[in-house]
Amino acid sequence: MKANQGRYEIILAGSGGQGLVLSGMMLAEAAILEGKNTVQTQSYGIASRGGLSLAEVIIDDREIIFQQVQEPDVVLALTEESLERYQALAGQGVPVFYDTTLARARSGANLFGHPFTRIASELGNSASVNILALGALAAACPIVKTESLEMVIRGRFRKEAAELNMKALRMGIGLVRGA
Amino acid sequence: MSHATGEKYLKNGVLPHMWCSGCGVGVMLGALVRAFEELDYRNSDIVVVTGIGCTGKADDYLTTNALHATHGRALPHATGIKAFNPRLQVVVLMGDGDSVTIGGNHFIHAARRNIDVTAIVVNNFNYGMTGGQVSGTTPGDSLTSTTAWGNPERDIDICALAEVAGANYVARETTFHGWELKEHIKEAMIKRGFSLVEVFSPCPTHFGRNNAMAEPREMLDWLKEKGLPRERYEQLNAEEKRGHFVIGKLVDRDAPDFNTRYEEIRARATKG
Amino acid sequence: MQGNQAMTEGAIYAGARFYAGYPITPSSEVAEICSRVMPKIGGIYLQMEDEIASIAAVVGASLAGAKAFTATSGPGFSLMQENLGLAVMGEVPCVVINVQRSGPSTGLATKPAQSDIMQLRWGRHGDQMVIALCPATVRECFELAVRAFNLAEKFRIPVILAPDEIVGHMRENFAVPEPGELEVIDRRGPSGPVDRYRPFAADGDGIAPLAAYGGDYVFHVTSSMHGPDGYSNNDPANAAWRVEQLHRKIERHLDEIVMTRRYDTDDMDVLLVTVGATTRSGRAAALEARRRGIKAGVLQLLTVWPFPDREVAALAERVRSVIVPEMNYSGQIAGEVQRVLGGGTDIRKVNSYNGQIITPQDILKAIVADSPCGPI
Repeated sequence: MKANQGRYEIILAGSGGQGLVLSGMMLAEAAILEGKNTVQTQSYGIASRGGLSLAEVIIDDREIIFQQVQEPDVVLALTEESLERYQALAGQGVPVFYDTTLARARSGANLFGHPFTRIASELGNSASVNILALGALAAACPIVKTESLEMVIRGRFRKEAAELNMKALRMGIGLVRGA
Repeated sequence: MSHATGEKYLKNGVLPHMWCSGCGVGVMLGALVRAFEELDYRNSDIVVVTGIGCTGKADDYLTTNALHATHGRALPHATGIKAFNPRLQVVVLMGDGDSVTIGGNHFIHAARRNIDVTAIVVNNFNYGMTGGQVSGTTPGDSLTSTTAWGNPERDIDICALAEVAGANYVARETTFHGWELKEHIKEAMIKRGFSLVEVFSPCPTHFGRNNAMAEPREMLDWLKEKGLPRERYEQLNAEEKRGHFVIGKLVDRDAPDFNTRYEEIRARATKG
Repeated sequence: MQGNQAMTEGAIYAGARFYAGYPITPSSEVAEICSRVMPKIGGIYLQMEDEIASIAAVVGASLAGAKAFTATSGPGFSLMQENLGLAVMGEVPCVVINVQRSGPSTGLATKPAQSDIMQLRWGRHGDQMVIALCPATVRECFELAVRAFNLAEKFRIPVILAPDEIVGHMRENFAVPEPGELEVIDRRGPSGPVDRYRPFAADGDGIAPLAAYGGDYVFHVTSSMHGPDGYSNNDPANAAWRVEQLHRKIERHLDEIVMTRRYDTDDMDVLLVTVGATTRSGRAAALEARRRGIKAGVLQLLTVWPFPDREVAALAERVRSVIVPEMNYSGQIAGEVQRVLGGGTDIRKVNSYNGQIITPQDILKAIVADSPCGPI
């Protein structure tokens, strides 16, 4: 990953119901707090739950013309299906973070597996998996400051939910930074 | 009290009207404008919404506000008008095609929503304007220009449909009973919520001619003889009931209408 | 902010206080936001029994004085056509958002398309005209929603705002303008004696003032052919006058209605004509082409109907070739460009009709293939 670049392209992939679109929105909101331009698009099937779901985020200092990710800087894959789709990117030097609870563990350069869903369940709410994974992503890549993500969480959620999500975010950060 | 003519709601110079001799739509229109007058409505307070068909031509003769809409869609147009301006008196004039055949879904949902409009349905048991084809209210076995060997389908009871769908007021009259019709229209207009007045009406040109009642008088006689107040109807045995129908007020209740409920929602939304 | 949300906020900014609709992917966010917001701002939200009823309620509310709108997608837009025709005939201002999805029929319900371009123009029976606008960014979603109401109210006509699903669901950083920042136009009501009001007597501008039910001016609106007074009229001369007037009120004001944007069109050899999200692919492709030494520019059609004939013709005159990328099989926009430019001009089509986005690479290939130097 290039350091301190002006533009980031991020793919968040998984299945419907995992909250990936929300993760994408929160990532973009954090970038907006830092004065960046953002575009978030989504691709989904007809099911509200299940099926391949995809959120793409582009963050740029300059105007974002084409709205889709073309050269991803980082990928998050929360299911086996989505990992199969994107794992080849790891070979091209793109860090691919994936969930070992739902996808088979792989070895290889740039493949980073963590049991996101299991940890989220242990935290008390498996629905916070999206935020936990976002924390890991943000800790690994300098896309946005983790403080900006914390601000977004505080702005979006009320008391207990904010507390839980903050915990999930920090747990995710800790997975990468080893806190 | 002087006799109401309803003249101030009628357009100068357009009479005589376009309906066939013996047709009942004009009787309905007469009852409607007299009802307006007796209720002392101003032309600017009233919106008459019409569909397409013989009854749908009624707005041509009126000097109130009017919207002549599309076939079967008069009720949703009226719903938009009333929802946005609850102070308006909204009357919807439809035939049996408009109301419960092509527009059946809107009819059900206008009643369910309990939107405060008065629907007047002139039921002449067939599509008059297009040449007497079968409609959703044509009785089984009747002959029409598209049921040459008899109607294989059953007819729908418009009043019963309005009742189960949630209308606050339902009445049925015939064009033989003009005074009663006017009185029911007045009650329906005063009633808050969805009101239906069904008007059984002769169509001697088509339905009558096809079913051995070609003379206007014959169809009127039929309506006069077969329409019975509920008490008398209930005294008949099952065999006798067939071919007769109930006239008069059928439903009268006071469930809150859409705009009343919406005001509650507004209060909740602005508080929360 | 999401495109669908920006259109909704734009509508409210423009003064919309009545929404009636029926849920359908990918437009449902508009309904959901309206259901939350309308009761708070004195407006009405109605979920009707179908799209036929939705546009009917919108027409009714508009005649009662509301700035009114609905939102839908392909199947629902098809159902709305008859009553949209009534809105044209009765000159009832209203806005319909059609978030274009992939067809035919139910098609790929969650995937984008630009295949309703001809339906926007010709979806209704009878000789008539509407205005249709296509945004490419979230900002344009907002600004064109305001514009759609302005045009609808000023010209007494339905305006269709037709983003593709990409734009409807895309989120970008965008802050809603302050009140007063964008122009908001209200319909012109009648003045003068109440008994002389004629709701279809066009004045010098080609448009008649419109009263609202419940005010002092009593008026008739009908789907049937009618005279200036709004009452049925079967006279052939009157019918001809009405049909002409419905067209001419638009034709006379093209300068005000037709909006386009140009990107790098001052010196170019290749012109891309684009609408909606394809504009973004086209712009990216044109920039890449310039890096490779091919002078390409983009003409974005913000107004797709009435078609920007003059704008297309003026730019096409200066180029070697014209490329039209669009998300349909038949080349609905390309056909219009061909009509404008005549048979002599070489128009290249780049089409996608599988629910997938046209990428800058797809367009670049067409640009490069067309280069006199051959593929680079």
